[in-house]
Amino acid sequence: MTLFEEIALIAGKDLRIEGRSKVALNQIAPFALLVIVLFGFALDADRVALQTFAPGLYWMTVLLASILAVHRSVAVEAGEGAREGLLLSGLRPASVYLGKVVALVAQLLIVAIVLLGGVLIFYSASISDPVLLVTSLLGAVLGVGAAGTLYGALLGSQRARETVLPILLLPVLAPVLIAATRAFGDAMGTTTSDGWQWTQLLYAFAAIYCAFGVLSHGVLMEEN
Amino acid sequence: MTIDSPGTNTESMAMSADTAGVAGVTRSRTTTILGAVVLAGAALWLFLAFGATDPDVRIVDGNEIGQFDAVRLMYVHVPAAITAYLAFFVTSVGSAMVLFKKSVWWDLVAGSSAEIGAVSAALALITGSIWGKPIWNTWWEWGDVRLLTTLVLFMMSLGYLAVRRLEGTAEERAKRSAIVGLLLIFNVILVNRSVEWWADSTIHQQSTIADAKIEDLKAFTLYYSILLGAAAYAWMLIHRFRLAWLERQYDRFGIDDAIVRRRAEGHTHSEGISS
Amino acid sequence: MHAVDLQDVVVLLGRFPALAGASLSVEPGEAVLLQGPNGAGKSTLLRLCAGLLRPERGDAMVLGQNLRRDRRSVRSRVGYVGHHSMLYDDLTVGENLRFWGRAAGVDESQQLAAADRMQIRGRLFDVPVARLSAGQRRRTALAVAAARRPELWLLDEPHAGLDQDGRDIVDALITDAADAGGAVLVASHELERVEPVVDRRITIAGGLATEVRRNEGEQE
Repeated sequence: MTLFEEIALIAGKDLRIEGRSKVALNQIAPFALLVIVLFGFALDADRVALQTFAPGLYWMTVLLASILAVHRSVAVEAGEGAREGLLLSGLRPASVYLGKVVALVAQLLIVAIVLLGGVLIFYSASISDPVLLVTSLLGAVLGVGAAGTLYGALLGSQRARETVLPILLLPVLAPVLIAATRAFGDAMGTTTSDGWQWTQLLYAFAAIYCAFGVLSHGVLMEEN
Repeated sequence: MTIDSPGTNTESMAMSADTAGVAGVTRSRTTTILGAVVLAGAALWLFLAFGATDPDVRIVDGNEIGQFDAVRLMYVHVPAAITAYLAFFVTSVGSAMVLFKKSVWWDLVAGSSAEIGAVSAALALITGSIWGKPIWNTWWEWGDVRLLTTLVLFMMSLGYLAVRRLEGTAEERAKRSAIVGLLLIFNVILVNRSVEWWADSTIHQQSTIADAKIEDLKAFTLYYSILLGAAAYAWMLIHRFRLAWLERQYDRFGIDDAIVRRRAEGHTHSEGISS
Repeated sequence: MHAVDLQDVVVLLGRFPALAGASLSVEPGEAVLLQGPNGAGKSTLLRLCAGLLRPERGDAMVLGQNLRRDRRSVRSRVGYVGHHSMLYDDLTVGENLRFWGRAAGVDESQQLAAADRMQIRGRLFDVPVARLSAGQRRRTALAVAAARRPELWLLDEPHAGLDQDGRDIVDALITDAADAGGAVLVASHELERVEPVVDRRITIAGGLATEVRRNEGEQE
């Protein structure tokens, strides 16, 4: 099998599992919406404040939801020893990593899109530059997916995974939060920063993590 | 600055010394001398930082302005920050050596260095915050890039140390933490770049040392304290590394005993059957 | 060439020496029973041979590969069925077979043949693994391994949870694999069950392996 076929096989498997269990759609996305609503309570339903901070609140919520999504992505392999099955299968570690990234990114996109509807309705956010919005969204989600899969694989079936993952992943995602918030600020017309420059940073982040994930996944799969 | 080896591991050290005849100490002639130098240096440092140097006071238009005694925090803050970055740099280099050369030695160096780095970063953040209260009139300045970068680095180092404490064999632990440790350096660069960009468009704080005119003795004290910080780092690193090395060796000796015990299980079992 | 050749192998699980200097060899075309009490090291030995564990000391050669140097190429050539089914709970039996089959480069007809052999075609094929009984899972796991036509079978308590039918299928699987020139290592507590289909017995105790000679074995 070619690398692409292997990636498609792994991604297809994860997405089929999501299609059947609907964890991202029925649990993670509603959780994210709930956070958006709770932010509204916390900021005293201040219309101006909510509109101003919509990009930041949006991305903070995506990061929180992504922690859950990464856990789910790891848990799929951690049950019934499927991780060992992958080792025994002879699949390339790089394609396992990239396949998991593709599936995680697809699930995060579902959550991100549901959430976008949430901020448009609850925060009265408006989109002034849809192309920038979509491009930066994709870049940010790619970065979160790439880093999340890497750190998720690192923790594997460790019992401490649930508590260690946030402290490991969230500081690392700080640049994504900053850049995506700025880019969205530009796309939603709440700040005057150059959103395209920030979008470049998002793609650079995603590229660095993808490269590192591909290189290190063999080491990580090996013994955990 | 003169923290000794953590006491929690003394039992294992003592045991390794008893069972296998390895000297259960982390001291050597070099570290004794280095330690004495650091301690003596610290006394001089206390005198310079809190006695000999003047507070930062300048007279402008008949008014006294400046940082007053708060400037003395610089002699703790700057070396702590530099030591932290030095320590994490060593961690990243060590992590690369683990991944590319499968070096056990570097794994222990990387872990030891990160512990000192985390403490140094915390010290730098705390002193920076205390300094910021009278000077910037706030405990926390969001406009300062270095402060934010150091904070995120400190948090990432906690993650790194958490990964080092995960369960698994020494080899698994080494590989896992090496990946996190190597990423540390890339993450710091990414965070620094993005925060710098981000802060540029808000309130950018001038570099804190550049705008204060430093006279000779103050400058000397500052450079001296940086050197002292580096020496203290080296001293602690050697001790911490040797402790880690002893722990690892103890693990090895433990395994030989464990193999003997394990084999004995089989004998008791077969005796049980025949009787 | 031996299918498996271990010399004084030590395997550590954490700091615990699960294998404490085990030596044994298995030839191609041979079926060997591993017997011994719980926690003796049988599962560890099978996992070592599957290339999932690293030998800490000693020499471990499996299918001509030195496990110290290369464990990766061994993995895709063995059929390991352990305590975990290595199946995805949310996928159906058929989807699991297809996924693992494609991952190992097995064509569709071979997958279906293996499913037929384990009698999991038909009604069961479209049921998610989460809803299967322990025995049905075991059959599916065996089918996944069988589809790959492994050179070395590593079976950990293969009869556990199976009904009479399933047990017969497993016995036939072992016999056929050995007849076809493959090697089989079976860890089992059901000595009477496995005795007729294996060529030799090896006792594992205290992380060590001892050959049991036919007659001597009966006396014990």
